[in-house]
Amino acid sequence: MFVTVNGQSMEVAAGTTVDGLLSLLNIKREYTAVAVNREITPKGDYATLTLGDGDRIEIVRPMGGG
Amino acid sequence: MYDSNLVLGGKDFTSRLIVGTGKYSSNEVMRQAIEESGAEIVTVAIRRVALPGQGESILDVIDPKRYTLLPNTAGCYTADEAVRTCYLAREAGLGELVKLEVIGDPRTLFPDVMGLLEATRTLAREGFTVMPYTNDDPVMAKRLEEAGAACVMPLGAPIGSGLGIRNPYNIKIILETVSVPVIVDAGVGTASDAAIAMELGCDGVLMNTAIASASDPVAMAKAMKLAVQAGRLASKAGRMGKKLYATASSPLEGVPDWTS
Repeated sequence: MFVTVNGQSMEVAAGTTVDGLLSLLNIKREYTAVAVNREITPKGDYATLTLGDGDRIEIVRPMGGG
Repeated sequence: MYDSNLVLGGKDFTSRLIVGTGKYSSNEVMRQAIEESGAEIVTVAIRRVALPGQGESILDVIDPKRYTLLPNTAGCYTADEAVRTCYLAREAGLGELVKLEVIGDPRTLFPDVMGLLEATRTLAREGFTVMPYTNDDPVMAKRLEEAGAACVMPLGAPIGSGLGIRNPYNIKIILETVSVPVIVDAGVGTASDAAIAMELGCDGVLMNTAIASASDPVAMAKAMKLAVQAGRLASKAGRMGKKLYATASSPLEGVPDWTS
């Protein structure tokens, strides 16, 4: 199935969780936040929230800014 | 002397200078500049991670145990976007102190005060310590205070313009109008601008570009630290009155007579 991560379309295996996606993309959990289809995912739900086809995922982190 | 702390969200800060982390030529220059500024609060933006996510994090340079990170909502044009960004920041572990921006126009980056007021109300209700970037309007400052803002942050001039404090009289009226801290955010170009803000009686100054875009950011960071301290001290010391004509500093009596 396909999901959109930070605006990029990518193919992931059915049943992939948020946790699985972060591991796949080699993203550190610390100081990172995830939203799936505009809903913010609490860190405690990463392992249980399964992604669906067409889901839109935002993964953010602090960057330089004023 | 006059060394009371800046209190935000029940937390005490000895430094009254808040600095940003954008636009630096390198992470090392940023690290040194922030160190030299003496700032305890450092602003950050919340942005998408690069994919795949192996890039260096700003938190490798700015130690979150040492500095209080202040996530901003730069780039948000609606109250909804700004509120969601604050929730993301909180979920990322950045706490509940937020620099709230709701931008109304891309050319001037002036705030959309209606969206700002709405977002302030929502976030204050949700337990955030809201620091709204607003215009230099005393009425709006009062409305933001009533909506639960922890401080008000009027602009001195447009973000990144370096034009200084364009309307010191409005800043003065804001200071008389609200009882929460007043922090000038945006517009500072050089040290004297920061000193003027503090001499007016402001509780702090927030800046990014004035330091990051200086030829020597580390030196400018130090200049800003000293300017904020000097301005604060001058404000507390109470300046002399302004007069149109001269008043001699030396005694008028006892001048030697050279007439023949």
